[in-house]
Amino acid sequence: MMRYIESAVNLEFDRNLCNGCGMCVNVCPHAVFKLENKRAVLADKGACMECGACAKNCEPKAIRVRAGTGCAAAVLSSRLGKKSACSCDGNSPSCD
Amino acid sequence: MKEPIEDCSQETAGCGCCCGSVDKPSFSRREDVPWISTVVKTAAGDVPQVRTSLSFRDRLGTAKARWSINRMNYSVAPGLYAVGNPTPESVVLVSANYKMSFDRLRKQLGGRDAWILVLDTKGINVWCAAGKGTFGTDELLNRIKITALDKIVSHRRLIVPQLGATGISAYTVRKTSGFSIIYGPVRVEDLPAFLDAGMKAQPEMRRVRFGLRDRTVLIPVELVGGGKYVLLLAAVFALIGGLSSSGYSFVKVLSAGIINASIVFGAFLCGTLLGPILLPWLPGRAFSIKGAALGIALVGALTVFGLPGPGLFGSWLHLAAFAFIIPTLTSFIVMNFTGASTFTSLSGVIREMRLAVPIQIAAAVIGVVLWFGGLFINGGR
Repeated sequence: MMRYIESAVNLEFDRNLCNGCGMCVNVCPHAVFKLENKRAVLADKGACMECGACAKNCEPKAIRVRAGTGCAAAVLSSRLGKKSACSCDGNSPSCD
Repeated sequence: MKEPIEDCSQETAGCGCCCGSVDKPSFSRREDVPWISTVVKTAAGDVPQVRTSLSFRDRLGTAKARWSINRMNYSVAPGLYAVGNPTPESVVLVSANYKMSFDRLRKQLGGRDAWILVLDTKGINVWCAAGKGTFGTDELLNRIKITALDKIVSHRRLIVPQLGATGISAYTVRKTSGFSIIYGPVRVEDLPAFLDAGMKAQPEMRRVRFGLRDRTVLIPVELVGGGKYVLLLAAVFALIGGLSSSGYSFVKVLSAGIINASIVFGAFLCGTLLGPILLPWLPGRAFSIKGAALGIALVGALTVFGLPGPGLFGSWLHLAAFAFIIPTLTSFIVMNFTGASTFTSLSGVIREMRLAVPIQIAAAVIGVVLWFGGLFINGGR
């Protein structure tokens, strides 16, 4: 898998709060987490794309991430004051 | 964006609109729905049974959506569907109401009995809709309620595509509705193996990819999306290209102007086609750098091709101008491909744009000034 700008990633994980349910391991599309001694660990933080699936499914709230879509067109149009999410709902870039 | 025609479901439970009171998808307003074979009787009324083979029309619909034709209006009615002859014990698979997503799901289910619970994602695929929250906890809870799913199935398990997890909080769904969520594989093609293995996903099924094929299928939408703007830009280059120190000439528009326009359009094609294809091999992590590299390579190739003169560019000043314009264009185009990629973070995109966008603007201004000046100098074009 290709890698992106790893140092920018804002994911935070507090292992003390982890209950070891493994949901983060299941939902992460980039294998950022793995289970070690019945609790999750950050195995590859740099691969995180900040989709937010892990935090959303972490019941003890051990994960924090400012989730969003890494989409330049969306960033541009929001800076230009247009209301927009990713342009999957416009006509330009595709997110199929 | 046009609303999908089946958009009655927004009103939530018991809206009493076209969906009826207990809400199986209603097709009264559709001309015909050839992918529905019959209905299956349940404790909560009839549920449409879908075919598991795709027709020519389904495939055509997918092909059109890939080219942005009718893409934003390519949806199915939200609600519950049956595959085969499901019983109260059969699995429930949750999906989006983008027809391409729905088609790809039912195609994998040949020979099986299952329920498909289609959420109202406004005709958007699972992952994008999850990012927006339309494939989300609230809509899932709402759809469970209005389909009376708890009366139709005896178990309390839902299989949700893994990429839907961005929008769905499994523990909230469990606490609120009693339904537990099992996250299925990323790719629907792995679903049969996942089901056969007792709903266990191999680690590989949990990873997204962005292989050559995944990148290539996205190209047509990018071509159509960017094409109209670039055609306009190219036309401006062609028309202004008629200017010279001796006034304005339509003959010059048709010669030098058209060549200038072609260079602009060629740069667009280069960024849009080669950017996605060559993505892993282009230098740098930032997409704007990858795109700029592609543009520099194109300028280099066109320059070498024209040696010993300025070749296609007509004058050295115009070569210099396009050495700014082309990489700027390709940088911008490939930067915009971050939205289609499967691994870019918002923080990373913001970081690269903070640097790239001012440089792109500066390079575009320098390029255009050089180009405009070049029109009037030494009879250049």
